[in-house]
Amino acid sequence: MSTFEFPPSIISRPVYGTLAPRSGKHHLMIADGEGAEALFDLAAKDAALMARADIIYLPVEGDVSYAEKLRDIAPLNLYVGPSYSAAVPRLRRVLQSAHMGLQVYLAGTEGLIGQAMFEATSAGIPHNAIQTEHRGSVARRMQCVHCKGITENVMTDPFVCAHCGLHLFVRDHYSRRIAAYQGVCVDAEDPGNVPPAVRLYS
Amino acid sequence: MSAGTTKIGVTVTDIVPLNDLVTRFKFERRDGGLLPTFSGGAHTVVEMKAGGTTRLNPYSLMSDPADQTAYTISVRRDDEGRGGSLFMHRNVKIGDEMVISYPVNLFAMDLRARKHLMIAGGIGITPFMAQIKQLVATGGAFELHYACRNAALGTYADDLTKAHPAKVHVYFDDDKQAIDLEKLLDGQPLGTHLYVCGPKGMINWVRKTAEGLGWPEETVHYEEFLAPQSGKPFKVRLAQSDLEFEVGEHQSLLEAIEAAGVDAPYLCRGGACGQCETDVIEADGEILHRDHWLEDDEKRAGKKIMPCVSRLEGRIIVLDR
Repeated sequence: MSTFEFPPSIISRPVYGTLAPRSGKHHLMIADGEGAEALFDLAAKDAALMARADIIYLPVEGDVSYAEKLRDIAPLNLYVGPSYSAAVPRLRRVLQSAHMGLQVYLAGTEGLIGQAMFEATSAGIPHNAIQTEHRGSVARRMQCVHCKGITENVMTDPFVCAHCGLHLFVRDHYSRRIAAYQGVCVDAEDPGNVPPAVRLYS
Repeated sequence: MSAGTTKIGVTVTDIVPLNDLVTRFKFERRDGGLLPTFSGGAHTVVEMKAGGTTRLNPYSLMSDPADQTAYTISVRRDDEGRGGSLFMHRNVKIGDEMVISYPVNLFAMDLRARKHLMIAGGIGITPFMAQIKQLVATGGAFELHYACRNAALGTYADDLTKAHPAKVHVYFDDDKQAIDLEKLLDGQPLGTHLYVCGPKGMINWVRKTAEGLGWPEETVHYEEFLAPQSGKPFKVRLAQSDLEFEVGEHQSLLEAIEAAGVDAPYLCRGGACGQCETDVIEADGEILHRDHWLEDDEKRAGKKIMPCVSRLEGRIIVLDR
């Protein structure tokens, strides 16, 4: 399933929209996995946009089928990279040389959207001027509030911190600065009393 | 008084005519104390008592925001206006005691900006005078593009050019010089914020061009002081206060409400801040909306009015006040 409706939550929790073409001379699109489908929808709304678009695309689990279709919508530049961290230097280079009026479109998983959002806002774009659309996995990027380690692709609540091993409760409290949700020790009051892990949103 | 902001009693300590149209006034606290600090872009509302009427006009503070010993404002004489600026030019003398409000900023800089790009038209230069002083003190990057009629009327153009030769660009309308706006906006680094203060046409032009080039609206800041315009007299009825009186030809609706002794809310008195928004119960006539606070559909609906700048053309308006 490509799209998912997140249940309403606290104000800290990011909400995602639907990408729409905007006016401007330069467009930067960053997507992972099924996020490519949001870019196809965008190209269908305004095909001319792609002639002014830099696309940074990150296949998920080696599935490059979307990458080939992205070539067909003929963006100005298409970069297909092995991971988000491998793409960061390129992303920063694009942002450094960009001018005001650059439009940023982010599509895919929450982890990708959040981290790319951080780069774009650090470059000086107001966060609410950046368009986002969630596609693909609903897994979360979590920060352990105790050891500060980041655990990627968290699918259950609670989960075990990949760094310190504590059992962490998945909160909707989100940090734009670290692009992650906060995980808090679930059995601090009563060590060992860990509720069974349930799949997120189940 | 709950309306507006706290008042300060001041003495006029200096008056400097700058050119044919613009004069600078300096205010110091009557009690000898320090004035509040402000942020660049702030204005003060000056009370002018002429004959039996009190007029309150907003003027941008142009002195150094960190200087608490005095405030300065620059007033452009408007011969066609309702008389506020003429009063300042003709009646105010050094040593006069006046009342001004605490500073209010509706044109604040976004200090997260990497660079501040300022566009001024005519007397719209004044808020930038304070903002530039603030940015120089804090090491902020800025660039000013200032359009004025000619060198003789280019208030502060020489001072600014001398102080910041690489950052200030002056354009004279009489010499057919114009800001190449599209090119200017197109080349700005990410994180630039845009500020415009000047005539309505210039503000619209800058906002529209920026929007077309994809500038996020959060990065485009503008300030236009609307002076209330004169118009035909009309009657107003305040339902809550149970009062009925007439709004004179050269009086704003807000001024008439105040003259009737009703403490109505206000802040900018220029149709920008939204503070004076008032519900209309009934209007026999057409409401002339002149603010840029209400949305177009609200203006059409005619259920709200901004009494600081808008008025009625007709017989009577009934307000929920």
